[in-house]
Amino acid sequence: MDRARVSWAEARTALEGLPGGRGLNIAHEALDRHAAGPRAGHVAVRWLRRDGAVEHATYAELAQRTARVAGALRGLGVGPGDAVFTLLGRVPEQHLAALGAWRARAVYAPLYAAYGPEPVRERLHRGHGRALVTTLARYRRKVAPIRDQLPGLTHVLLVGTPDGDPPPGTAWFEELVDAAPAEAEIPATDPEAPAVLHFTSGTTGTPKGAVHVHDAVVAHHATAAAAFDLGPDDVFWCTADPGWVTGTSYGIIAPLTHGATSVVDEGDFDARRWWSVLAEQRVTVWYTSPTALRLLRRAGPDLLAGLDLSALRLVASVGEPLDPDLADWASTALGRPVHDTWWQTETGAIVIADQPGHERRPGSMGRPLPGFEVAVLARGPDGRAAVAEDGSVRAVDPGAAGELALRPGWPSMFRAYLGEPERYAACFAGGWYLTGDVVRRDADGWLWFVGRADDVITSAGHLIGPVEVERTLRQHPAVLDAGVVGVPDEVAGEVVTAFVVLRPGEAPTDELVLDVLAFARRHLGPAVAPRRIEVVGELPVTRSGKIVRRLLRARARGQPLGAHPTVEAP
Amino acid sequence: MTGPDDPRLAEARALLAQLLRRIAPEVDLDAVDPDAPIQEELELDSMDFLNLMAALHEATGIEVPERDYPHLGTVNGFVAYVAAASGG
Repeated sequence: MDRARVSWAEARTALEGLPGGRGLNIAHEALDRHAAGPRAGHVAVRWLRRDGAVEHATYAELAQRTARVAGALRGLGVGPGDAVFTLLGRVPEQHLAALGAWRARAVYAPLYAAYGPEPVRERLHRGHGRALVTTLARYRRKVAPIRDQLPGLTHVLLVGTPDGDPPPGTAWFEELVDAAPAEAEIPATDPEAPAVLHFTSGTTGTPKGAVHVHDAVVAHHATAAAAFDLGPDDVFWCTADPGWVTGTSYGIIAPLTHGATSVVDEGDFDARRWWSVLAEQRVTVWYTSPTALRLLRRAGPDLLAGLDLSALRLVASVGEPLDPDLADWASTALGRPVHDTWWQTETGAIVIADQPGHERRPGSMGRPLPGFEVAVLARGPDGRAAVAEDGSVRAVDPGAAGELALRPGWPSMFRAYLGEPERYAACFAGGWYLTGDVVRRDADGWLWFVGRADDVITSAGHLIGPVEVERTLRQHPAVLDAGVVGVPDEVAGEVVTAFVVLRPGEAPTDELVLDVLAFARRHLGPAVAPRRIEVVGELPVTRSGKIVRRLLRARARGQPLGAHPTVEAP
Repeated sequence: MTGPDDPRLAEARALLAQLLRRIAPEVDLDAVDPDAPIQEELELDSMDFLNLMAALHEATGIEVPERDYPHLGTVNGFVAYVAAASGG
């Protein structure tokens, strides 16, 4: 523990802090200290637009533009602690909104652009969204229909070329920012002030709003150095969706704090496009996901012919376990190993990694980065770490599977689940943060991923809470009950599969199943909605009425559910 | 050559509607901009698009090589590609 403290104290010295000892602000570390120095003219971000155009901004330009965004937010009365949401793809305004919000000491809360109206409403409501930056099309489809349920959402700013009058209750982002004064000086910022809000899904109940503070930038910076050996001459491409924590910590913050150049590609996944981005942009460090690598593998090797990937020096992966087979393929195709990294929304930064320059054990997650202390804890009957009556927990022997736990105290640890202190407290036991992931640690300290300790579904790198999907399915007029599980899939890792029980009198026709599918996609969006829906007579439940998802998973793999609902002890 | 009145275009469009019905049944093809990026306009994600390619192969035998995916990136692009491929 002492060693961990020393290393975070050391890591902090790599940053500057606000001038005059006025605290720590992510935007200063990411932009202003470079804009005021020799890197002012260095390209901070290159945006590859969908149509092939390339835009870029230097550190000085990005500092100036985001100072106006901060001015615009202040003009709207959006200030310290207010949540600025985004519902955007990989467009320049994502950086502008995030960095502008931090300059104004507001909280940046990005949402997946693929969310349907229901996940958007729920998160804006629970996150007390004050302002939302989105596109006109997304506003019309996803926000306008639910706007009356969000009285706290006072400002909606629309991205895109201003075209006449915006819809009532909205304004054009560009017009507003152009007209705003530049707030060049970032006000004093408490390192413990909230900066980022990311929603994540649990097994039960509603999505959880994990709150991160400005001090998290210490971990973003240090972990990017440790896991990627990132430096100012790098061209860094993080392919994560901006709505996911990776899109913030490494898609926006870490490459900027290192003074590197980020590449942001607006286009949808397309194998040929991705390979050519790597080659043409001379990407040196690529942070991507197993799903993306599987899609590239599927596209075949001929797309790679003739491409010059000589600039690429490091490839890292996040979001799901990197299976050895895929790692082998990628290493051969790319000519360099793929380094696995493990972390989650709550940790805010990479915790465990197969670090460059260290011994590699293919199939392993790697070892904890400096500053992190981990334990592998014995589990109880519910699959989670067993907590004794006195609150203590017990570590397993090397080689045995247990719940991965982290010693609290690293700078990017989440500080709260917004408005849910009890749920937050339940994540800790015996002096450890419990991650919900099951791992083994070998005798030499390498960690090996085993699985989730709960029923959270990981599909294409997104965490999906089954309850959120079940709740929406039950709102369909013909659906009585629903049980949702993840089923293994060769591309996405897992796909969301739903079992529904129909109301009496409803016939399980093809029409009806497709209607339920349409309903789910309309409300939840494609990233969350089930890909498969199966009608069943009954769901397997425990005596206390909990769905036994283990049996649903078995059924989805082709094993029968049985004629009667299986009753298990709760 | 395919012209605006080419029956193969109408057929390809009907086929797209039929395939989407099983993947994204909420989509109303008549209500979308046929020249806008298909994934964004139809709210399809990458998995949906791959499922669409697989369904196209299953229904018609047309196997679209990965390098041609960008040609199918709009409704009109999809229709033209499929019409040309099935007319060959």
